[in-house]
Amino acid sequence: MLRIPCPWCGERDETEFRYRGDASRERPAGDAGLTAFTHYVYARENRCGWHLEWWLHVGGCRRLLKVLRHTLSHEIRAVGGPGDSLGR
Amino acid sequence: MSPAAKSPPAPLEAGRASSGRYSGWRLFLEGLTGQRGWSRAWAKAAPRPRYRVVIVGGGGHGLATAYYLAAEYGIRDVAVLERGPIGLGNVGRNTTIIRSNYFHPANIRFYEFSLKLWETLEQRLNFNAMVSQRGTLNLFHTEAQRDLFTRRANMMRLHGVDAEALSREEVKELVPLVDLDNGRYPVLGGFLQRRGGTVRHDAVAWGYARAASEAGADVIEHCEVTGIRREGARVSGVETTRGAIGAEIVCLAVAGHSSRLAAMVGLQLPIETHVLQAFVSEPLKPVLDVVLTYGAGHFYVSQSDKGGLVFGGAIDGYNSYGQRGTLPMAEEVAASAVTLLPGLARVRVLRQWGGVMDMSMDGSPIISKTPLEGLILNGGWCYGGFKAIPAGGLTTAHLIARDEPHPLASHLDLRRFAAGRTVDERGAGPFPYAH
Repeated sequence: MLRIPCPWCGERDETEFRYRGDASRERPAGDAGLTAFTHYVYARENRCGWHLEWWLHVGGCRRLLKVLRHTLSHEIRAVGGPGDSLGR
Repeated sequence: MSPAAKSPPAPLEAGRASSGRYSGWRLFLEGLTGQRGWSRAWAKAAPRPRYRVVIVGGGGHGLATAYYLAAEYGIRDVAVLERGPIGLGNVGRNTTIIRSNYFHPANIRFYEFSLKLWETLEQRLNFNAMVSQRGTLNLFHTEAQRDLFTRRANMMRLHGVDAEALSREEVKELVPLVDLDNGRYPVLGGFLQRRGGTVRHDAVAWGYARAASEAGADVIEHCEVTGIRREGARVSGVETTRGAIGAEIVCLAVAGHSSRLAAMVGLQLPIETHVLQAFVSEPLKPVLDVVLTYGAGHFYVSQSDKGGLVFGGAIDGYNSYGQRGTLPMAEEVAASAVTLLPGLARVRVLRQWGGVMDMSMDGSPIISKTPLEGLILNGGWCYGGFKAIPAGGLTTAHLIARDEPHPLASHLDLRRFAAGRTVDERGAGPFPYAH
């Protein structure tokens, strides 16, 4: 069971949240071309280690959180809002 | 090899150990002589400096690829490199189910081909894999789900695959344990594929390892790949914990870790790694003789020959390389189990484990060349890799040997994502955690 410290609600069980995937990708400019968009939509770094990801707090404040979590140990190092830069 | 052997697939190299042909008669003879005549099922090979084909990953798909390369396509200069011992990865962690009840025509053809290979696998490998075509029964609980399943069954029958609709009463007759009248999710009926069933997964790994070894391939355990060598745009071998090994072709068959291997050559794949749990109960008297799936939640169960109920559910739902599951999903699986089969509420769970999956962006596997020449990828199996082992191995071997995709696996090319030809059985879109 992950315990995710929501900046607005405090530490809550993972069952209150919904996972929304990799948060490290940046949408290319509109004229970036097919290859850039294919890469954006489909390619994933999928690292074994620190992973930046989206979690939606559906059972709480309903805000979208950015979480830095380790994909092997499941340790959570940082949590912030969508605009925050959490590093890796 | 014993003289009783029927035309061996390939002449053995001098000095290569052979386990001989297995048969009831041999078992009887060995019984008379104290079981002293058995030898290792496959040779414990040490790596040579160079091979034509190096397969990374000694799981089901890697071993099957090596076997079909040697036995079907005549390429015996092959090594299979496995990080640990054979059988401890996903090939030994799944819930052992085989079936071909898909909707997408290309999927039906591919998985039906695999099911046909399962049907003759034991004779072909001369290994008892306990293939049991006990039937897979998918229950439905709403009218909309009936329509959806009917559509799938019709598609299967159009492709010559068996599928039949069962009424509530027929479901009850086949599986008396099922609670048809759950207040929230009553069972309206089911669809049965009688040729589906289970196979003993360890025996699949051992059988293919033995057959690949006998056919001439080197099965090398405790040899972890730490790097992939390249010369210009071409692959030239691998770095391992037991030294460098040169190769014309390197095939990755490491589902769960495909991204990590691809990253060694700077390649990003349309894959995320997720953990899937499985469970086994204490042994019971025979209570369930089909593979049963629940339609109102993600839950499937069969009874092993030892009596344990083998069951599982959905992936935990977020990227994970940990070969262990977490409790929320265990609770959800248990809740589904007792909703569908309330009579089993007091059965105790004996063991629980996790395996890491390549969850691909469209829910379908990848058998393909890659941008690096000579590097072949067999991966992206999501949670459906086990049933596909024979077809996955054979079509990957075809791609390696003939330098072009097997007609039944051409839709699994990596370039389908850029080309907009994704094979999305569920229609869930590019969200691996949703497939």
